[in-house]
Amino acid sequence: MTVQLSHFSAAFVFALFASIVFGITHRETALDMVRYGLYCFVMFLGGVLAAGWAMWLVRR
Amino acid sequence: MANSTTAKTKAPAQPASMMPVIAPAVGWLIPGAGHLIQRRWVRGALLLISIGSLFILGLLMQGHIYKANGGDILDILGFIGDLGAGGMYIGTLALNGGQGAIAFAIADYGTKFMIVAGLLNFIAIADAYHIAIGKKQ
Repeated sequence: MTVQLSHFSAAFVFALFASIVFGITHRETALDMVRYGLYCFVMFLGGVLAAGWAMWLVRR
Repeated sequence: MANSTTAKTKAPAQPASMMPVIAPAVGWLIPGAGHLIQRRWVRGALLLISIGSLFILGLLMQGHIYKANGGDILDILGFIGDLGAGGMYIGTLALNGGQGAIAFAIADYGTKFMIVAGLLNFIAIADAYHIAIGKKQ
């Protein structure tokens, strides 16, 4: 059995799971964990999108 | 003249606990188990699902798993990352899995997924240790 993820879905899955671990391990309270996890998730995916558009601009 | 305020008061002795040793060890073998044995059920379950899913997805994406060798520095770093996954890494080696050739991009992503899963487990192990010594709730 093999899994074929697109580039974006691979980045999405990576961001989701890494953000959960970062949120749990880097903050003390439950609310802070959720907030930090969401922040990491947005930064991960935002970074991917920003880098993608930057490469698109460089290519043109 | 005895001064009662200067009398030494001993703090009650803390019962010796093996948890600071056991929690990281169990957490290394099974991601999230270090939290679960300390009754952090939700955190432990989320860590198990997150780290376990990343590692298994990496395997299913035909990722390559690094073995101990003294060769290329990048191989050694990959091995250290993979080693963090503990029981999943040992199980994969025992089943002769993770033999991907990294011949295409998705397989390379799979390789990185497994390395990151191991590195995230190192962070989870440190967190379990901090809970065990009372540094974190």
